[in-house]
Amino acid sequence: MSETKAKVRAPKVNHETKAFWEATAKGKLNVGKCDECGEHYYYPRPLCPFCFSDKTRLAECTGNGVIYSYSVNSGKEPYTIAYVTLAEGPTILTNIVECDFAKLAIGQKVKVVFYDTGEGNAMPMFTVA
Amino acid sequence: MSIKGKAYIAGIYEHPTRLALGKTLPQLHAELAKGALADAGLSKDDIDAYYCAGDAPGMGGIDMIEYMGLNNVRQIDSTETGGSSYVLHVNHAAQAIATGHCKVALITLAGRPAADAQEGARFRGGGETPSAAGFEASFRPTIVNMYAMCAQRHMYEYGTTSEQLAWIKVAASHHAQHNEHALRREVVTVEDVVNSPLIASPLHRYDCCVITDGGGAVIVVAPEIMKKLKRPAVKILGAGEAPKHLMGGKVDLTYSGARWSGPKAFEEAGVNQKDIKYASIYDSFTITVLETLEDLGFCEKGKGGKFVSDGNLISGVGKLPFNTDGGGLCSNHPGNRGGMTKVLEAVRQVRGEAHPKVQVPNCDIALAHGTGGLLGSRMGSATVILGNQDS
Ligand SMILES: [Zn+2]
Repeated sequence: MSETKAKVRAPKVNHETKAFWEATAKGKLNVGKCDECGEHYYYPRPLCPFCFSDKTRLAECTGNGVIYSYSVNSGKEPYTIAYVTLAEGPTILTNIVECDFAKLAIGQKVKVVFYDTGEGNAMPMFTVA
Repeated sequence: MSIKGKAYIAGIYEHPTRLALGKTLPQLHAELAKGALADAGLSKDDIDAYYCAGDAPGMGGIDMIEYMGLNNVRQIDSTETGGSSYVLHVNHAAQAIATGHCKVALITLAGRPAADAQEGARFRGGGETPSAAGFEASFRPTIVNMYAMCAQRHMYEYGTTSEQLAWIKVAASHHAQHNEHALRREVVTVEDVVNSPLIASPLHRYDCCVITDGGGAVIVVAPEIMKKLKRPAVKILGAGEAPKHLMGGKVDLTYSGARWSGPKAFEEAGVNQKDIKYASIYDSFTITVLETLEDLGFCEKGKGGKFVSDGNLISGVGKLPFNTDGGGLCSNHPGNRGGMTKVLEAVRQVRGEAHPKVQVPNCDIALAHGTGGLLGSRMGSATVILGNQDS
């Protein structure tokens, strides 16, 4: 409903990524989990990027993480792109939202917040924990 | 089996334009081919191999081969790794020549993003990886912020400063003042760089390369062809290439694919960092140069900031003269792809034909390095080492 939400661009969804994006509508963030080698990975995909096993599934995350790196984009409406390292291990590309960008720092604790795309899914972004 | 001494760069040409209003993309490619042929002293019918990348219109090299009327082509390679493509092409051409598949290979790059922007045409081509598209585009990655995050992390891990990064732009500007074709010829200071507007923190406007039209071309030939030509021989001594990506989520933004392409090139050439008199280092951003220099072993990982400071990259002043044409930071970045011009200036240095104010004395061995894609996600690195006839 809000203007902010309307601006979030919906992801391109395909057979590989459908389950991941459907879960985001329920406020769930997943990563890939390999039952062969035990690694968590991102983005999710049917074959494990570490051992190539097909014994993979989605694994729900706590939504907690720390900032690995970030950049505040200048302009009329500044926004922050970031890599966040999840508690489960993988580092994922995202945005940092709803906080003072000037006070951000690498290593800072963050937690997931979802932004509705209006197309049946939501983008996982992060704010200061 | 190695390419060492089996192939030579015989001709080069850099397009003088920086704004190609009224010229088509295929026209630019063809003008570049013509210029490089003239430089080599060869004719169109001598070309038996053609190399291009994603900037070339049409399907692979086929459309350009038809457009240029090349009738003897027996090797085609349109390997696409972004701006580093053309450095890879030098390697691939040398391999094809070494194995007897061709004798005269033409490589072209051309682009007109500045003219496209003014004329309203499509700015950038290329597709997205279907899987990655949904996981990245919505977060509004830009070329600048995807490099900026590398700088931010490098600063965090190694204490690198904006002032140290600025020295890279300062060195490029000292060189650009002597290049009549450079887009920005003014000499800048560290203060100018750090006081220029932040585009995507921590990168300032002067940490970013210019956007220009133009292009370049290279001709690689077999030794028996080189012997018949009048231009100074530039020998291809070694090459290496490597992609680097997000590693399934084990992200590390503090190094590039040069960590792998560099050692391969040095090994094949049989030389080490101390032998390199001049280096062309892809400079899409200052951080690109800093991480690449570390990865290539010119200094220890994390010590790049100290290495580039105090003019160490300025010809006649520092220990490692770099990008003496002014590079992408000041001279040009045709089609948003800087690998080609890196090869060109390295050839000029080995030939002794760089501008006298920036020519490195006795430049018998030089290195050129390309970085394509995004340092902040997935990229292709390519390194070539060039030498003179006696190397
Ligand atoms: Zn696995």
